[in-house]
Amino acid sequence: MNKTVNQKAWFFVLPVVILVAFNALIPLMTVVNYSMQETFGDNTFFWSGVRWFEQILQSDRFWASLGRQLFFTFTILFIEVPLGVAIALTMPKKGPWVSVCLVLMALPLLIPWNVVGAMWNIFALPDIGLLGKLLNSIGFDYNYTRQTGDAWFTLILMDVWHWTSLVVLLAYAGLVSIPDAYYQAARIDGASNWKIFRFIQLPKMKRVLTIAILLRFMDSFNIYTEPVVLTGGGPGNATTLLSIDLVKIALGQFDLGPAAAMSLIYFLIILLTSWIFYTLMMRNEEQ
Amino acid sequence: MAKITLNDLRHSYMPNPQSPADYALKRLDLEWRDGGAYALLGPSGCGKTTLLNIISGLLIPSHGQVLFGEQDVTRLPTDARNIAQVFQFPVVYDTMSVYDNLAFPLRNRGVPEAQVDKRVRTIAEMTDLTGMLRQRASGLTADGKQKISLGRGLVRENVNAIMFDEPLTVIDPHLKWLLRSKLKELHQKLGTTMIYVTHDQTEALTFADQVVVMKDGEVVQSGTPVELFEKPHHTFVGHFIGSPGMNIIPCQVSGGQVHVADHKIAVGNAAKLGSRNGMFELGVRPEFTSFAAAGLPVKVAKVTDTGRNRIVDTRLGNLSIKLLVENDAVIPSEGAHLAFDPGHSQVYDNGWLAE
Repeated sequence: MNKTVNQKAWFFVLPVVILVAFNALIPLMTVVNYSMQETFGDNTFFWSGVRWFEQILQSDRFWASLGRQLFFTFTILFIEVPLGVAIALTMPKKGPWVSVCLVLMALPLLIPWNVVGAMWNIFALPDIGLLGKLLNSIGFDYNYTRQTGDAWFTLILMDVWHWTSLVVLLAYAGLVSIPDAYYQAARIDGASNWKIFRFIQLPKMKRVLTIAILLRFMDSFNIYTEPVVLTGGGPGNATTLLSIDLVKIALGQFDLGPAAAMSLIYFLIILLTSWIFYTLMMRNEEQ
Repeated sequence: MAKITLNDLRHSYMPNPQSPADYALKRLDLEWRDGGAYALLGPSGCGKTTLLNIISGLLIPSHGQVLFGEQDVTRLPTDARNIAQVFQFPVVYDTMSVYDNLAFPLRNRGVPEAQVDKRVRTIAEMTDLTGMLRQRASGLTADGKQKISLGRGLVRENVNAIMFDEPLTVIDPHLKWLLRSKLKELHQKLGTTMIYVTHDQTEALTFADQVVVMKDGEVVQSGTPVELFEKPHHTFVGHFIGSPGMNIIPCQVSGGQVHVADHKIAVGNAAKLGSRNGMFELGVRPEFTSFAAAGLPVKVAKVTDTGRNRIVDTRLGNLSIKLLVENDAVIPSEGAHLAFDPGHSQVYDNGWLAE
């Protein structure tokens, strides 16, 4: 049989190339383009080099947003990861309750993000919301639209409610893959519950937890919809995270150049941090 | 250390067992002396692992008692029984070094560190792990890991029993042989009661002083390897132990006489036949079957060379009867006759040795 040699196969790859070009490469290059130029509307552009980057990196506003972003991300990681593991440990391993638990856990993940924001917005309203009204009636002076602390509290509570399930499901998948013999051997070796967790469950969950932490880091660093619907970045700028600030600059003030420069810096931070996370965790794995 | 007694033991995995078929373990009465080497032998699903888990306390039996010495331990948890167990697949603590793995059962029981060190080094020496003590356990090969599991089983002194649940499944054949003789050696050195579960007759027969053969949740026979070989109490034992297994030949019994295809056969348990009449089974091993000038006329169907000797497959009508012959023996091509050693030929009644 003769092998046909031609370049027709490239046509099969073409749809994917076009798709990726339109939804990733072209927008990204447009952003790079904007970040190096100045425009006064009317589709006229002037070259400005790295000026926007310098401006962003020297602005207090950017560093403040980044600070809030980091505070948010690390707070929810410190709550969601241990809490998720703890919940996964208490879930049944077999029997009819397994599917009930799994469905309950998956529910928050299925709700659209803006709906989550809207739900919590109403839920936490101090005059009519169940949570807000309750907190006020038992003596707390709670008002998330006016007080910074309350806004942060609500924001973090909402994210924990929405996303802990993801950690639970991943940790649970790691837990059920541990053969019974490990638990039996540990009991025969006289290991306490803590030691079973420390030397069997935690090491076996390590890989899935790495993925969970990485996903939660990237998602929470990118978060936009939920806080915008809940607090709109307020009160004042108290809960203005990086993405909210970016949208304010780009669409509120229509400063395309600085906004583009900021998106690129934002993108690089996520890329770099994820890469560092991943390398550190994987290197640990190999040892 | 103590004698182990199993008293009217039964277990079912169902909440309300009705018929005997619902039981994974049917009525067991066994007594194991302190310091013995025992093997539980049987095909997969015969209940041997269930029995092992009952002894180690991972399962609580539906009926009956487990006694260690005079103490009833039936409902005691695993860690209160002072036993060790090695599982089919290696269980190692991945994040610990080989040393810490071996030390784990001792440290959990608060043994002083100096004593732990001494004990770990002794066991590492016995299991050939000395060179790897500082390595991380996760980096070892499957048989290295299983050696750690074995070592952890052996590391505690004065345990009531050490149990092995098919521990050599994942081990390479040449290492299998090595580890098996190692275990035997360790048993002699340590003098601890060892219970070894396997479906491999060679493992069971070489390891144990006493082999318990199980089938469908029942003990079919418990005896020394020689007893199992020479006087199987059940055709299952005859067939399961030995390679090839025992020949089972339909025979006619009347008035204390045994006939196969109208030829009179002398059997060891003729005196026990009593008033039995009708069709029964004659069991005789290939090792005790030979060609003779006169006897049961058969046709030679196939000869298999095993290296050490030859297995001759003969036919009596449609029935296959196997015998072992020396390499240099002459195999008659026509008009062959078989003779059975009367001392090792037995009549079986419904599977069980006629007694």
